[in-house]
Amino acid sequence: MIQIFNNPNVNFVKLRFIAYFISAILVGSGLYAVLQLSMGKGNVGIDFAGGSVVSIKFKKELDPAKIREALDKNGFTETGVQQIADAPGEPKEKVLLRIKASNVKIGGLKEAITKVFIEGFPGEVFEIDRVEDMGPVVSKKLKSQAFLAIFWAILALMIYIWFRFEFRFGLAAAVATIHDVLAVIGIFYFMNKEFTLLFVTALLTLAGYSLTDTVVVFDRIRENLKLRVKDNLDTIINASVNEVLSRTFIVSLTVMLVIVALFVYGGEVIHDFSFALILGVLVGTYSSWFVASPILIEWQHAISRKAVVKK
Amino acid sequence: MHKNKWIIGLILVVFLGSLYSIFFDHGEFIKPFDRENPKKRIKLGLDLQGGIHLLLEVDQVKLPKGMAIADAVDRAVEIIRNRVDQLGVSEPFIQKEGEKWIVVQLPGIKDPEEAKKLIGQTALLEFKLLDEGGDIEKAIEGKIPAGDILLYDKENKPYLVKNEQLMTGESLANAQMKIGGGFGNEPYVSIDFTPEGGKKFAQFTGANIGKRLAIILDNKIYSAPVIKSKISGGHGIIEGSFELKEAQKLAIVLRSGSLPAPINIISENVVGPTLGADSIRKGLYSGLIGLAAVMLVMGFYYKYSGVIANIGLLCNILYLMGGMTLIGSTLTMPGIAGIILTIGMSVDSNVLILERIREEMRSGKTVRASVEAGYKRAFWTVWDSHITTLITAVILFIFGTGPIKGFAVTLSMGCAISLFTAVVVTKVIFDWRLSHGNVDYLSI
Repeated sequence: MIQIFNNPNVNFVKLRFIAYFISAILVGSGLYAVLQLSMGKGNVGIDFAGGSVVSIKFKKELDPAKIREALDKNGFTETGVQQIADAPGEPKEKVLLRIKASNVKIGGLKEAITKVFIEGFPGEVFEIDRVEDMGPVVSKKLKSQAFLAIFWAILALMIYIWFRFEFRFGLAAAVATIHDVLAVIGIFYFMNKEFTLLFVTALLTLAGYSLTDTVVVFDRIRENLKLRVKDNLDTIINASVNEVLSRTFIVSLTVMLVIVALFVYGGEVIHDFSFALILGVLVGTYSSWFVASPILIEWQHAISRKAVVKK
Repeated sequence: MHKNKWIIGLILVVFLGSLYSIFFDHGEFIKPFDRENPKKRIKLGLDLQGGIHLLLEVDQVKLPKGMAIADAVDRAVEIIRNRVDQLGVSEPFIQKEGEKWIVVQLPGIKDPEEAKKLIGQTALLEFKLLDEGGDIEKAIEGKIPAGDILLYDKENKPYLVKNEQLMTGESLANAQMKIGGGFGNEPYVSIDFTPEGGKKFAQFTGANIGKRLAIILDNKIYSAPVIKSKISGGHGIIEGSFELKEAQKLAIVLRSGSLPAPINIISENVVGPTLGADSIRKGLYSGLIGLAAVMLVMGFYYKYSGVIANIGLLCNILYLMGGMTLIGSTLTMPGIAGIILTIGMSVDSNVLILERIREEMRSGKTVRASVEAGYKRAFWTVWDSHITTLITAVILFIFGTGPIKGFAVTLSMGCAISLFTAVVVTKVIFDWRLSHGNVDYLSI
């Protein structure tokens, strides 16, 4: 039998104050990011802000300064230019344009961009392999749908956990889930990653996933609460988290393996999506150890203090 | 053991059924991912196959008087469908969305620009009389005579036209591109009127002999021939130095009817065929690497028991493919990501169970008792973890669009199937193992 942890005995309950500090930073940055995003700041993708993305495949890596020059000359001044390689280490043959504002009517962008590059790079062979053009009405609708989806997902998950566990567990699980979602939003924001529909999809997926991690721990706590009636809650929680430590670790590891494969080899379309999932698994694992369970303890302490006051 | 017979039977039926569903169509062998074959067993989304996705909005301001927006959208959908049908796209998707939007998806289309023009053309055909007495010079300066409008032809030559609609495209029964006849080798469009339209046409040509009739399409004059005599055959022609393609397109849009109001493209997504092929390759590649890594870790860490989990995992992937071909759902790039995530999450359940079995064995139980207890005690944890994933997948399905729906589909199906493969299939293998060979030892 190979074992990663041999009779682990980490005092998670004691460590929780360090965790609170880290979590405060994570949640704080997440809240800040949400605030900024709601004011229209930050790197918001065309799904939500409107605008266009054009992806062009060349046969060689172009000079970025010349791309910029060709775009500026044709009035595409506020355009983000990103050069992407097909696989790590290969020349960056692909040019990804993010056009925030343009005077080109929707539907005519492909022709306009083709013209820019035929004139700017005479003789180069290229193919426009993706054009996404998003009008403001559509992006507005997608934005409201994304908010609705996040809202309903978290609500539905809370209701399920509340239904399956006691109220305090449901509350702790919900806090941990919101913690994870905010943490990933915060990290994404400060890394200046793009907020897109796929990112929201990743957020919801990791909300479900992080809850899974929490459920594994909670199931064990619940079981131990029944078995070890004499022990106090601190001891039981600590023992439970330690008992399922290797479980949680291996579970996170196997999921991580596939997401990392997706991140490295999955191509540009899915790149940021898998990155968000990687963050989600890391934060989710952390929170099920250091956030969800300690909240139960705080809850208990709050209740017993109340009981003391009553006496 | 008696119960297991039924379960083994079920597993086998699903196994063979999946294989059949993936590789056969009505008994005929078909490659599941063949992009060229329209009968391919796995439908590919626009992002994998290449094609065009348009969101159109009917211009509410320019709606004809008295027409409700809902009717206009319904009619526009019908007309666009007619036009698209003539393009020969294999699996077009055209549907009303919301109040005044229309989604158009044309997978695998070769010339998206051409298709866009064809779909977006209002194709309002009008017959009006020229006002030959009016002063064109003054009209250009802005002094248009009352009751007239100023229109241009394809060469931008101005015409003064009496703004009285004599007839519209509504009176057309058919339109066809033709070449030759009295017009040399120039292509032209021959039109047939409905019986009623024919009468009307005869009537006003008879009443206006000697005058010039403007044939106007989308406010552009195509030709303005002199009416030489009353035309009563129910036929007419539109000429106007067309190119072949142009005449063909005109015939198509006239045949399919005019849109009730102009439509605007409010969102567009064009994916070239190479990007699609690229995405499939990368998705497959990363999936295989992820799968291999997971299977190696499981086999290394849990030995024989890990191999059992791996068998469950392979079954999961096979069943998932089978299920997708069976319900004919569309595979997208995020959908591939969903399958890959399923690989990771499917073994999760096995990890939960196997760790539990280890604990039970450590507490001194026999192998068989440990396995039984492991499956029994881990079940609700496994159940909860699946339900939470399912909840998010369903919500993504409700609120998601296009590719993201594809993700929701593969994730939820994979999740549901993994509940079967990770719990039932592996348990059957464990039961078989424990009824044959050494019962006192389990490699885990």
